[in-house]
Amino acid sequence: MIDALFYRPQGLFDQLASLQRTLSRSLADGLPDAIRSTAAGSAPPVNIGRTPASIEVYAFAPGLDAASIDVTIERGVLRIAGERKPVQPGNEPVQTYASERSHGRFVRALSLPDDADTSKVEAHYRDGLLRVSVALQASAQPQRIAVQ
Amino acid sequence: MNDKYEIARTAEAPQTVRDSTRDERAARAATPPVDIFEDAAGITLLADMPGVARDRLDVRLDGDTLTIEGTVDLSAPEGMRALWAEVDVPRLRRSFTLSRELDPGRIEANLKDGVLSLRIPKQPQAQPRRIAVQAG
Repeated sequence: MIDALFYRPQGLFDQLASLQRTLSRSLADGLPDAIRSTAAGSAPPVNIGRTPASIEVYAFAPGLDAASIDVTIERGVLRIAGERKPVQPGNEPVQTYASERSHGRFVRALSLPDDADTSKVEAHYRDGLLRVSVALQASAQPQRIAVQ
Repeated sequence: MNDKYEIARTAEAPQTVRDSTRDERAARAATPPVDIFEDAAGITLLADMPGVARDRLDVRLDGDTLTIEGTVDLSAPEGMRALWAEVDVPRLRRSFTLSRELDPGRIEANLKDGVLSLRIPKQPQAQPRRIAVQAG
C-alpha cells in the first residue's frame, strides 16, 4: 500500500526506537548524526523509498516556485536547494499572531546508494511535494535467468 | 507444553502491538505550521500542507471551530518499500476557535503548491470605524 511509506521501517522495536530518538534529540547525548543532516524544521523533511527499478525521494516543500527549485546530483550526492520568500499579505498594517512557517534558503543533501544511475533522474513538483526519481543501474535490478 | 504456550504468546504479542500502533497512526495527524495575520478587514491564515491535493483537503466549520484537515498523497509506484521516513503520518489536521466578530459564512480558501490560504473576513459591524465626536 501507498501509506506503507509513512511507517518507519524499524519493525518490532519501532516505538521504542522512536522514543529513544526523541529522547536522544532532546538530551543531545552525543550520538552521531548523519554528516549532512539539518536541524528539524530548517529544511524540507524527506521520505525515501525504493522500488526494484528506482530510488524515490519525496521532499515536503510547500509554497515554492517549481522553476526555482534546484536539484543537482554530484558524485552520488543528491542536493535539493530552494528558497521560500516570507509572505506579507496586503500593504495594510497587520498584526502577526503566528509565524510558524519557515522561510529563507534551504539545502537538503542526501547520498545516493552506489547502484543509483545518476544519468536517469526525474523531478516533479506538485502540491508542494517534490518527487525525485533516480533510476537504479540495470545490473542492480532483479532479473530472471532462463534455465537451460 | 508450558514452553509451547509461552512461545505462542510471545509470537503473538508483537503482532498486537504493531496492530495497535497502526490504528493509532491512522487516526493520528501531524500539526501543520501556520502563519496568522490580522488586518482591519479580517484574518489571513496560511498553513503548510505539502502533498495534499485539493480533493483531499477538508476545511470545515463546526459551531465556532474551524478545522483544516488534509491527507498526503504520495502516488507511490508499485512495489515501493520505505528506506527512510521523516514524515511518518500521512495526515495533517489543526483546529482553531473563531471569535464572534468574524464572519464564518464568507471564509475563502485557496490551496496552491501545498500552502492553504484562508481569508476570514470580519463581520461588517465589527470592522473598525471612526466615531465622530460631537462638539457641544
